[in-house]
Amino acid sequence: MRSRPYLRFVLVRLGALVLLAVGITLVSFILTNLVPGDPAAANLGQRALSDPAIVAAFRHQHGLDQPLPVQYWKYLTGLVQGDFGTSQRSNRPVGDELAEYVPATLELASTAVVLSVVVGVGLGMLAAMRRNSWLDQLLRVVSLAGVSMPTFWLALAAFFLLFYKWGILPGGGRLDPGLDPPPQVTGLYTVDALLAGQWDIFGNAVFHLIMPALVLAAYTVGLLTRFTRASMLEVLGNDYIRTAQAKGLPGRTIVFRHVLRPALVPILTVAGLAFGSLLSGTVLVEQIFSWNGIGQYAYQSALNLDLPAIMGVSLVVAVIYVTVNFVVDLLYGVVDPRVRLQ
Amino acid sequence: MSTQNVADALSPGLKLRKNRRRVWRPLGVTGLVVLVIWILVAALAPVLAPHDPLGQQFDRFLSPSGAHWFGTDELGRDVLSRVVYGARVTIPLSLLLVVCSLVIGAVVGAAAGYYGGWLEMLVMRTADLVFAFPAIILAMAVVAALGADLTNAVLAIVVVSWPSYARVARGLVLSSRNADYVLATRLLGASGRRSLLVDVTPNVAGPILVLATLDVGNAALLLSGLSFLGLGARPPAAEWGAMVAAGASNFDKWWLGLFPGLAILTLVLAVNFLGDTLRDMLDPRTARAVIQ
Repeated sequence: MRSRPYLRFVLVRLGALVLLAVGITLVSFILTNLVPGDPAAANLGQRALSDPAIVAAFRHQHGLDQPLPVQYWKYLTGLVQGDFGTSQRSNRPVGDELAEYVPATLELASTAVVLSVVVGVGLGMLAAMRRNSWLDQLLRVVSLAGVSMPTFWLALAAFFLLFYKWGILPGGGRLDPGLDPPPQVTGLYTVDALLAGQWDIFGNAVFHLIMPALVLAAYTVGLLTRFTRASMLEVLGNDYIRTAQAKGLPGRTIVFRHVLRPALVPILTVAGLAFGSLLSGTVLVEQIFSWNGIGQYAYQSALNLDLPAIMGVSLVVAVIYVTVNFVVDLLYGVVDPRVRLQ
Repeated sequence: MSTQNVADALSPGLKLRKNRRRVWRPLGVTGLVVLVIWILVAALAPVLAPHDPLGQQFDRFLSPSGAHWFGTDELGRDVLSRVVYGARVTIPLSLLLVVCSLVIGAVVGAAAGYYGGWLEMLVMRTADLVFAFPAIILAMAVVAALGADLTNAVLAIVVVSWPSYARVARGLVLSSRNADYVLATRLLGASGRRSLLVDVTPNVAGPILVLATLDVGNAALLLSGLSFLGLGARPPAAEWGAMVAAGASNFDKWWLGLFPGLAILTLVLAVNFLGDTLRDMLDPRTARAVIQ
């Protein structure tokens, strides 16, 4: 009996996710087709373009000579079978290319998100507990600086100082040039290296992750610090907190047991949304750290008007983002028993 | 117990706001001052810039000196002059962007909240769709399809940023639609449109304006980000993001990227200081609507 409403909630959300995915394919399809750009012009050389036969062959090969609804239907039916279409730029299946690039970005983004949650929530709690002290003011300025930071510039500055000037951290890529990636299981080098027991590779991969992850986390740390502070302050204003103080509970017990848990619900929401901004940030950060992730792929595809690739990237990124927020919704139930009962 | 303490105990909310005002004003003033300076720089660029921002010389990659305070770039152009002129691109465009997204989002969102039904359904689901795309990827696709230049970058950013206004406007309209004073005017015979304009709008305007202030910073970041990727301003235009990109391809010449980056940072920081202070001065309940 108890699990049923929760199960229904999960199923409804899953259904919404599928609908959203279809909506995304439709939007990106319309977007990429109603616009003046011509994929043939973007992908064929000048000489090939002057030959109408080659252009016609290119258009036929990629199904561009068919009516739009037919193109869209073909794309959807292919998608259901796991076929993302063929890249017009590389002539390889988009699905294969995505499988190559997505894990790199996932590894980077999840490292950054863990970092931001730990640091951001910690700093936010500190600011809330020392409200209006000099520390609170300092953290306010720091967190505002975090959300005001142009990510690409911070990446450049970190690259210049930590790699070029001081040589503390590696400058780019996921591993040192001489090293082979670990046997692929998940595509995350750190996890794969651990699975294969290659400790040196694991260390190297972590070493390469530090700088891009830190840069990427700057924005979300600022965001989460501000939110955690606001959320904690709101809970701290409740009567039951005063009761807890009045009956003599130590400050640490109050904060961790009575304040943090209710304060976590809005923080979770923001953390989920922050994942989206991290995915956006990767486009800029990967560019500087030559991180072969989905951001680079999206950038290259966008420059070349590679329609199937753009749609594939949009779809995958949107699905990742929506899934993360779906998981956040499920976590509400864990954190807040009232959600479970509804 | 003094009267002041009793009053504080009775109204913790009031005390909170008073405290915040006293403590945080300096930040807002700093933001305002820096912002005014930047606007002056943009307005007076021809007077302030020591050199022609597009004028090329033989002295390429000069490091900062008395003649060129911020050095010269890969074509021998004066970086300081280019930073000064860059304010003329970023500041007006960010404001324009926010005004466009605000007008579109607020009108659509308020209508959705007020009228409900299929209109609300359509608007909010479209907003959800846009939210599901990370902003820069959607903007990148739009720009790539339309062609890389500043106008299209602006258009792309409007496409990705109207939904947050629509959401907030709808939420606020929904919460004030059923307020007693709105019901009262409706009972007195006011039309739906009249009560939307006269009774609901003033209550929605404050939070939306705060959101807009904070969003100017985001718009500036997105715009310079797109230009950094080569999808915004076209060379030889002096634009901060594009200048940082030149710094990235000559990263050993630190002055190329440092100064335009600092320009973006100070501008966005000033706007955020201001927006943050404005938000604190608002009622805490509406402040929450702005955050989300």
